[in-house]
Amino acid sequence: MAEADAAPGGAEDLIIEITGLNKWFGQFHVLRDIDLNVERRERIVICGPSGSGKSTLIRCINRLEEHQQGTVVVDGVELTHNLKNIDAIRREVGMVFQQFNLFPHLTVLENCTLAPIWVRRVPKAEAQQTAMEYLERVKIPEQALKFPGQLSGGQQQRVAIARSLCMKPNIMLFDEPTSALDPEMIKEVLEVMVDLAESGMTMLVVTHEMGFAAEVANRVIFMDEGQIVEQNTPDEFFNNPQSDRTKLFLSQIL
Amino acid sequence: MTKHAFHRSRAEMLSERPPPIASRGVIGWLRANLFSNYLSAALTVGSIAVIALIVPGLIEWAFIDATLTGEIGKDCPSEGACWAWLDQRITQFFYGFYPPDAYWRVNVCIALLVPALAYMLFDKLPYSRYGRWFSLAYPVIAAILLVGGLGLEVVRTDQFGGFMLNLIAGLVGIVLSLPIGILLALGRRSRMPIVRMFSIGFIEFIRGVPLITLLFVAIILLPLFLPPQVTLDQLIRVMIIITVFASAYMAEVIRGGLQAIPQGQYEAGQAMGLGYWQSMRLIILPQALKISIPGIVNTFIGLFKDTTLVIIIGLFDILGQARLLQTNPDWLGKVDYETFLLAALFFFVICFSMSRYSLNLEKRLDTTRR
Ligand SMILES: Nc1ncnc2c1ncn2[C@@H]1O[C@H](COP(=O)(O)OP(=O)(O)OP(=O)(O)O)[C@@H](O)[C@H]1O
Ligand SMILES: [Mg+2]
Repeated sequence: MAEADAAPGGAEDLIIEITGLNKWFGQFHVLRDIDLNVERRERIVICGPSGSGKSTLIRCINRLEEHQQGTVVVDGVELTHNLKNIDAIRREVGMVFQQFNLFPHLTVLENCTLAPIWVRRVPKAEAQQTAMEYLERVKIPEQALKFPGQLSGGQQQRVAIARSLCMKPNIMLFDEPTSALDPEMIKEVLEVMVDLAESGMTMLVVTHEMGFAAEVANRVIFMDEGQIVEQNTPDEFFNNPQSDRTKLFLSQIL
Repeated sequence: MTKHAFHRSRAEMLSERPPPIASRGVIGWLRANLFSNYLSAALTVGSIAVIALIVPGLIEWAFIDATLTGEIGKDCPSEGACWAWLDQRITQFFYGFYPPDAYWRVNVCIALLVPALAYMLFDKLPYSRYGRWFSLAYPVIAAILLVGGLGLEVVRTDQFGGFMLNLIAGLVGIVLSLPIGILLALGRRSRMPIVRMFSIGFIEFIRGVPLITLLFVAIILLPLFLPPQVTLDQLIRVMIIITVFASAYMAEVIRGGLQAIPQGQYEAGQAMGLGYWQSMRLIILPQALKISIPGIVNTFIGLFKDTTLVIIIGLFDILGQARLLQTNPDWLGKVDYETFLLAALFFFVICFSMSRYSLNLEKRLDTTRR
C-alpha cells in the first residue's frame, strides 16, 4: 500500500503536498514543520491528544486557517492569498465538521443543493436529482424535505456528508465527525464513511475511532504539540508504536 | 435458577393508546389560569377592579354622552366627548392640505400599497412572480402619483400632511432603513479597517445625538453649508434623517443577530466555496434577520412614531392637525382629548399590525418544529 514516507515529487499521483508548514496563533506555535504528502485515493486517519493541532492542520488544506510558512498544494493548485486559487480548491475539497454545521433554515434537500447551484451553477433540477442520489447513498432520502432540527445527530451528520458529496469533491476532510454523537449513531455515520472510502475517495479523517482507522486507513498519523510524531500503516501503528508519546496516547484511548 | 422478588417480564407489549381528553371546562380553566394561587387571584381581582373603574367611564364619555354633530365647539355640551369636528376635519386629519380634487391619487397609492406589501411579505400568493416586480416598481409609481408629473398636476410636499404624511415618511424609512442597517452591521464586522471604522463612526455618531438635533441640523444648518443652487426638498431631508437615524439602530439590532450565528455556519459556507456575499445572503442573513425580528420591528415602530417630528419643519402631520384644531378659536378647549385620541388610534392600528405580522413571521420561519 501507500508508502508513508514516500519522497515528494516521485512518480505517485500526489493530490495534497504539504511542505514545511508552520502556523502560529498569535505567539502560539500551533503547527511546526509539517510535511505531508497524500496520494490520490489514500485514506489517512489523524489522531493525537486534544490541542495537538489536528483540526488546524486539515483546516489549512481548504484555507479555513491561513498558514504563515511553507507550501500547501492541493490538486496542483497552491494555496496563497490568491482568492481564485482558494475558491478553486474549496470547490474540490469537501469538509465535514464535528458540529455538522447544517443550515438550520433550509431543508435537507436545500442544504444539499445550495452550493452546487450557487457555486457550480448547476441547474436546480439537476442539483436536486444529484442531492437525492447522495441522500440515498447515506440512506436518508425520506428525510429530504425535513429541516435539520428535526433529525437525530447521526442523521444530521449523514446529511452533512451528503451535502459535501453533492459538490463532487476529489478530497474529503473530516474533523471528528462522530465526536458529537451518541454511541448508537456513531455506527451509522462510520458505515457511510467506510462506504465512501471503498468508493475510492481521498479522505483525511481526524478521529479517535480506532476501529475505523484499522478498517479503512492506509496510514495513521499521530500528532502532538503541532508536529507529526509518528505515521505508519494501521497495523504497525497499533501493534508496534515507536515513540513513547504514541504508546502513551494509545494506552489512554484503547 | 434464582428468582428475585423484582423479577418480572412482560408477556405482551402494550399497544398504543390515544392521550386522555382534557376536560376541564370553564371553572377548571379559571382555576388554573386566574386563581391558581393567592398572588394570581389578587392580580385577577385587582385587574378587574381597574377595568371596572376606567372602562365604563370611558365608554360613557366617548360614546354615550358624546356629541356627534355640530358646526363649532359651542355646539358640544361640556360633558361627553365632542366628535362634531370629525365631519369637517377628518379629511384634513388624513390628507393634510393635499388638494381635495387629488385625494384619489393618495387613495390609489394606498390601494396599490396593499398588493405591493403583500407580495413582499407573504409568499405563496397567486402571480407572485409579477407581484414581486410590482412591489419593486411601487415606490416609483407612488412617488409619481403623490407628487405629480407625467401629466398629473404637481403637488408641493408642504401640502402633504395628516396621517398620510406619517405613513409616507414611515414607509420610506422602513423600506430603506433595513437594507442600510444590514450594510452597516456587516460593515461593522468587516475585516477591512476603512469600512469598519466608517460603520462604527456612523453608527455611534447617529446613536449618540438626539433625533431632534439631527433634524434641526438638516433643516437649518445644512442649507448654510450647501451651495445655494443646491436645494433639497425639506420633506426629503426629514425622511433622510429619520431613515439614517433608524438605520443606526437597525444596524445594532442586526449585529446582535449576526453575533448569534455560530462560527460553524460561516465555515460551512466557506468550505463549500461560497463567496462572502453569497454566504451572507443565503446562509447568514436569513438566520440573523430571523433572530432579529423582534428588534427590527421594534425599530420600525419607533421610526414610525418618530415621523411625528416633521412638525418641527412646519409640516402638519396628524399630530400637527390635532394641534391646529385644538388652537382653532371655533373649537378651543373642546377637542383636546378627542383629537389626540383619534391620532393615537391611527398609530395604534398600524403599530399593532406590524407587531402581529412579526409574530406571524416568526412562527412561519420557525424551522425547529414543523
Ligand atoms: N482561532 C484560534 N486562536 C487561537 N488559538 C487557537 C485557535 N484555534 C485553535 N487554537 C489553539 O491551537 C491549538 C490546536 O488546536 P486544534 O483545534 O487544531 O487542536 P485539535 O488537535 O483539533 O484538538 P481537539 O482534539 O481538541 O479538537 C489548541 O491549543 C487551541 O487552543
Ligand atoms: Mg479539533
